[in-house]
Amino acid sequence: MSTVGLFIPCYVDQLYPQVGLATLRVLRRLGLTVEFPSEQTCCGQPMANSGSDAAARPLAERFLEIFGKYDHVVSPSGSCVSMVRNHYDHWLHGKPGFEHLRDHTYELCEYLTDVAKVVKVDGEFPHKVGIQMSCHGLRELRLGRSSEQMIAPFNKVRQLLVQLRGIEVVDLTRPDECCGFGGTFAVGEEAVSCLMGRDRIADHAHAGAEVIAGFDMSCLMHLDGLIRRGNLPQRVMHVAEILEKAELS
Amino acid sequence: MSSRNAILEALRQNVPPPASLPAPITTIRYADPIKQFEETLIGAGGALVRGSGAQDLACELSKIEVYASAAKIASLVPGLPSRDVDLNAIQDPHELEGIDVAVIPGKFGVAENAAVWIPGEALGPHRAIFVIVQHLILVVPDSEIVHNLQQAYERLEWKPNSFGTFISGPSKTADIEQSLVIGAHGARSCTVILL
Amino acid sequence: MTGHPEQAAAFVANEDRTHWHDQSLWFVRSKRDRQASSIPEWEALREAASAIKTHTLSRLADYLEEFERNATANGIQVHWARDAAEHNAIVHQILSSHGVTKLVKSKSMLTEECHLNPYLEARGIEVIDTDLGERIVQLRKEPPSHIVMPAIHLKRQEIGDLFHIELGTEKGASDPKYLTEAARIHLRGKFMGAQAGLTGVNFAVAETGGVVVCTNEGNADMGASLPSLHIACMGIEKLIPRAADLAIFLRLLARSGTGQPITGYTSHFNGPLRGGEMHVVMVDNGRSRILGQETFRRSLGCIRCGACMNTCPVYRRSGGYSYGYTVPGPIGSILAPQRDPEKYGSLPFASSLCGSCTDVCPVKIDLHHQLLAFRKVLVDLKVVPLAKRLSMAVTGFILARPALYRMGGGLMRAIVPRLPRGLVYGRWNPWGIQRELPPMPKQSFRDLIDKEPS
Repeated sequence: MSTVGLFIPCYVDQLYPQVGLATLRVLRRLGLTVEFPSEQTCCGQPMANSGSDAAARPLAERFLEIFGKYDHVVSPSGSCVSMVRNHYDHWLHGKPGFEHLRDHTYELCEYLTDVAKVVKVDGEFPHKVGIQMSCHGLRELRLGRSSEQMIAPFNKVRQLLVQLRGIEVVDLTRPDECCGFGGTFAVGEEAVSCLMGRDRIADHAHAGAEVIAGFDMSCLMHLDGLIRRGNLPQRVMHVAEILEKAELS
Repeated sequence: MSSRNAILEALRQNVPPPASLPAPITTIRYADPIKQFEETLIGAGGALVRGSGAQDLACELSKIEVYASAAKIASLVPGLPSRDVDLNAIQDPHELEGIDVAVIPGKFGVAENAAVWIPGEALGPHRAIFVIVQHLILVVPDSEIVHNLQQAYERLEWKPNSFGTFISGPSKTADIEQSLVIGAHGARSCTVILL
Repeated sequence: MTGHPEQAAAFVANEDRTHWHDQSLWFVRSKRDRQASSIPEWEALREAASAIKTHTLSRLADYLEEFERNATANGIQVHWARDAAEHNAIVHQILSSHGVTKLVKSKSMLTEECHLNPYLEARGIEVIDTDLGERIVQLRKEPPSHIVMPAIHLKRQEIGDLFHIELGTEKGASDPKYLTEAARIHLRGKFMGAQAGLTGVNFAVAETGGVVVCTNEGNADMGASLPSLHIACMGIEKLIPRAADLAIFLRLLARSGTGQPITGYTSHFNGPLRGGEMHVVMVDNGRSRILGQETFRRSLGCIRCGACMNTCPVYRRSGGYSYGYTVPGPIGSILAPQRDPEKYGSLPFASSLCGSCTDVCPVKIDLHHQLLAFRKVLVDLKVVPLAKRLSMAVTGFILARPALYRMGGGLMRAIVPRLPRGLVYGRWNPWGIQRELPPMPKQSFRDLIDKEPS
């Protein structure tokens, strides 16, 4: 029986504990042994994306020390998983255990569809849902086909959600336009970031979404901040929260 | 050191690791390439006329409005009526200004993008003819429609000091608010006659 | 000096116009999607194009020599320019030796990069840009705001007003057909009067020693076929090995850039007009240096289709001028700081790193990875402000120490909710200008996990 190391990104730990708990519950309901190594903090992405390699590198090294021992590492964040899978190479290349870690760190949805081989989702969610396909999960982890790619369509997030009873996954005019969060971009380019976010919410609203669902709380935090400031009727939810009570098999 | 040698030396100093050319790829084939050519040509703002044979060309031309009403026609397809401008009598290509229609033989057409290959030789003494006239009529044998550009380039030969162009539809622009306007600098219309 | 964020904020301030700009470009992106999806081998074409570029760059010096040999055999005079100044001097020398006082130009981003127009104008040569979009911005004394659609930032009424003043069109007239016709007549006159034509180069073919120029308007063909003197200016990276490779690139270029199957005219100039002269000026201007940089050399594969601009959610909402460089958007944000990291240091940060540019790029340049990599270069060069570098160092320090991290998080969650709103949403907090802060829960996940039944 394999053991899953639960990687809860720092801002999820501090700001969205219910998303961490939902992730834990989804994994445990599958009968998995899940551990949360408490020494974990952050994958280093904020520093790396700002160009501060010196600040990011120690976090990558810590990550390997902490998570290297697990069969699988699972996280409710496409962006942080992409950091490990696609951006750790130049710091950790050749270090013992790194290749295993890189190849066995998964975003929650892809873990469910590709590793746990979940084919049936038994539960209900009677709402109109727009899926925010956050960019790193989409284009770096390939959780779905991006609208630019000319290949057969697939979408691992949608594939899980559409099975819920009562759910209506709505079609967006721009299926995978960036929400404008972008890490430090959200403050460094505040004006463009917020307009991108408001445009995204408008697209979801236009499609009739009550819930904007996603696999990256960071993007949802940005959208939620705009929604609450604008007193808009939509709400954001992490996929783990939507799947929390469902029976997966 | 000359600039030439300085640039070449800098490039050789900074040369990346070797990388080979890719293998050829499988390319699209259309069930009905002529139909594809026609649809794409219409999309590019052009028009297609399907004639039956070379003997019909004059008849087909007379049915084309811009041809019928033209005062000055330059024909590069042999054997057409004498209303034509004598291109060989023109010394300076600027004198081509004012010609209404040019009829030019195309070597072949490409179904995927409605491009017609016009080799320089087909343009007669003045290369500018295809772009300076108000309307363009291209004559292509209907047996000469290839599926895609890969096939097109397989057919092309390159002579020293030559010219050749793919023309797909009339001259156009969308530079004002992405609004498509036909007739920017070159031909205001482009009719392809398949014989 | 203001960087991209300030320029972008000024653009975004007019939200209706920003949305109009965004929609115009999204329209082109949608056309691109339709065209690309009609080609089953689309992804294989991108792969092949990328491989051809990588191969060419690995033997660029050899291919340039081969091109020079074959071009010379075609009767073309080949010139080499190390930088913009040399390029401009060469072009001027060719023109002045022929007594040229009137030059017509078709689109060439290289000559924009080299600022050729003002150079020639200062030497008494009339330079007329003949691409409609370029002529519009030239008359407005502006640079292009997009490399393929130079006037994409302008509304028809603004162009109507401009043409009324410059070309004498009717006051208030803004119909694109009417305005285009006026430009056609105006520019036909310029073509007839020009003594030389200058074009850019989309592709130069080593095997044939010729260059290929693509336009929809036919302006390159007019300029290169009416006057007897044709000058073609190209960056040295425009080379491809074989004529057959054109099939790959031409199938991608217009579909990616404007969403057309091919441009209206795709002309292969393998020599001068009868009795005329043809010159090709090959320019380095920093390209050989980029070739030596493993992380960034793939940017030399760019075929200037503009697809990364059309798809970029930031470009669409900030406009070409916000980048302050000849080539804006994602590719420009890599090329510009190569030239001047100080001046263009904000550009690699003008991206949410969404990666749409990378997926849309017909030659598969890893644009968003290069933008990320350039941020590191800028930090190392200390171009990124000290405060920003320090804050990252401090954050990194805290995050590497679980106890500090835990304490910091707890303090934040305890204190922020108790602070007066005016303080939390003060000027110091750009997040809060338009957004609420996230909720500050009493307990973190790690506080709660122990209570969770296992």
